[in-house]
Amino acid sequence: MTAISAPTSVATRSARRPRKQNGRPTWKTVVLALSAYVIAFLFIFPYLDMMLTSLRPTSELQTPTILPHHYSWSSYTSLWKTGLGTNLKITLLIAGGATLLVLLVATPAAYFTARNKFRGRMAFLILVLITQMFQPTALLVGIYRQFVGFHMLNSVWAMILVNAGFNMAFAVWILNAYFGSIPRELEEAAMVEGSGRIGALFRVTLPLAAPGVVTALVFTFIAAWNEFVIALTLMTTPNKQPLTVAINGFLGAYSIDWQHMFAASVIATIPVIILFAVIERKVVSGLTAGSIK
Amino acid sequence: MSNLTAAQRAAGDRVSGRPIPGRRRGSLARRAAHRAQPLLWIGPAIGLICFVVLWPVYVMVRTSFQKVSSFGEIKGSAGWSNFTNLFHELAFKGVVERTVIWVVAVVGITMVVSLALAQLFNQRFPGRRVTRWALIAPWAASVLMTALVFKWMLHSGYGLINILLHDVGLLNDLNSASADPLGKEATAMPWLIFVAIFVSLPFTTYAILAGLSTIPGEVYEAARVDGSGKWHTYRTITLPLLRPALTVATLINVMNVFNSFPIIWAMTHGGPGYSTTTTTVYMYILKGKDLGESAAMSVVNFGLVIIIVALFLRISRWKSEVE
Repeated sequence: MTAISAPTSVATRSARRPRKQNGRPTWKTVVLALSAYVIAFLFIFPYLDMMLTSLRPTSELQTPTILPHHYSWSSYTSLWKTGLGTNLKITLLIAGGATLLVLLVATPAAYFTARNKFRGRMAFLILVLITQMFQPTALLVGIYRQFVGFHMLNSVWAMILVNAGFNMAFAVWILNAYFGSIPRELEEAAMVEGSGRIGALFRVTLPLAAPGVVTALVFTFIAAWNEFVIALTLMTTPNKQPLTVAINGFLGAYSIDWQHMFAASVIATIPVIILFAVIERKVVSGLTAGSIK
Repeated sequence: MSNLTAAQRAAGDRVSGRPIPGRRRGSLARRAAHRAQPLLWIGPAIGLICFVVLWPVYVMVRTSFQKVSSFGEIKGSAGWSNFTNLFHELAFKGVVERTVIWVVAVVGITMVVSLALAQLFNQRFPGRRVTRWALIAPWAASVLMTALVFKWMLHSGYGLINILLHDVGLLNDLNSASADPLGKEATAMPWLIFVAIFVSLPFTTYAILAGLSTIPGEVYEAARVDGSGKWHTYRTITLPLLRPALTVATLINVMNVFNSFPIIWAMTHGGPGYSTTTTTVYMYILKGKDLGESAAMSVVNFGLVIIIVALFLRISRWKSEVE
């Protein structure tokens, strides 16, 4: 059945069989593949230019050529004199702290709502959905005044709380879906064997939900790592600023330190793109909160 | 099928057919403990939402009715004056109109281009996996960094885009006013819209790809048997089946683009003049001048966000009910 229908169904979206019988690609495949390669290149093009610029020697920054004639790592070594190490540390603290907090807060909530029916359950899920719809930018003035009131400007804790709060919804959805897909019987079996409910949760359910947990953690980490607006508003002292704000700081009023800016950007960007590729497949389902099955 | 109802339904299915714990009889203390149990599990999450999301909403609305000095001191009640001041700002009307253009243009073009991209990346060809990874880059990278690179690539003297345009012969002089698209009102906004589309494409394309993967091959086979043409099949079968994916992707994009700040801030600071200032950027500019008025702008912004979400959920649900 599948062998017969494959050419018509799978490849229906035209007679797009990947290859002819003799193994040579069809013209259609060649055109498709080439256009996909060009588009893929266009999508990474800005980041390639970011890398190239960071590797341009200062003497060549103002030469209008596509590729530099020489390459130099000096921007990367002199970068640390600008205090970027501190900024990196702050970013790690904020992203790590927010990730941990999301894990601690979202896991029990997602587990409980996936396993139990209780009064206020719907209200809670709607509340989570609403949080997801709001962006911190929309509440900027409120957040600013609130933390001024608490004397928490330039506080890493404030950044951890805000980042965790606005990224928790994603974690709740994805964990909720994972917990829901794990049969209750597995947990009950563990409980019969003497583990309590909490023990069963830790020994059976959490390990099975590990892919969901990893996705939620990586997503939160990246979102907090990339966050800019709240940090720009709350972290006003240079040695308290995370990478994004520090990088924006290279945009001086009169001159722009492009090479340091892009060397720092490369350091801030490349790890995140790689991390993101790891969880890529699951991210969409978490963002769209289960409406695409 | 709306976002909300789907989540509700999925969640509802999961718990049906199981006794509700609260119904069991027990001593009063035990029942009370049982009642409190949900709070133990979801309490921390509610606490975090209240502290970081709901409380700022309250503070923001309150601030919009307060007189705030330039040093941030509260000088008493302002009544509606923050709002009337805001509405009488010379730039206000233009800012609102520009925001509408910004959101409609970015989201509209993003959706159309993503439909095409998803169609392409859904085909089979060697290296598909790698090309899909490349697509992720603008999504994973901080929007700020992407905006900064584009600012650099559009640099009048030695930006890569300008160099390429110059080499091709489309640009006569580097270092001239014509080589500085972000410095001119006519070209700054289109470039910002371009960058906003660029960073919105990956998520949207992936959401549509996820939607496409749910359409069973048999559906297409049936259409083929019926003698339906390619474009006709796409319009009558693929697009309607993609509706849930499109609905959610549009909603998420509208929220992101409406609140988008880093692109405009990093590339033009809302300038030249106010020619690239949207309501979100205007709110930030006002924050440095008059916090009360800035809060008023935020409240207006926030109201718009709520209206958009409500309208959108309504329309999508209404349509699914009609069918």
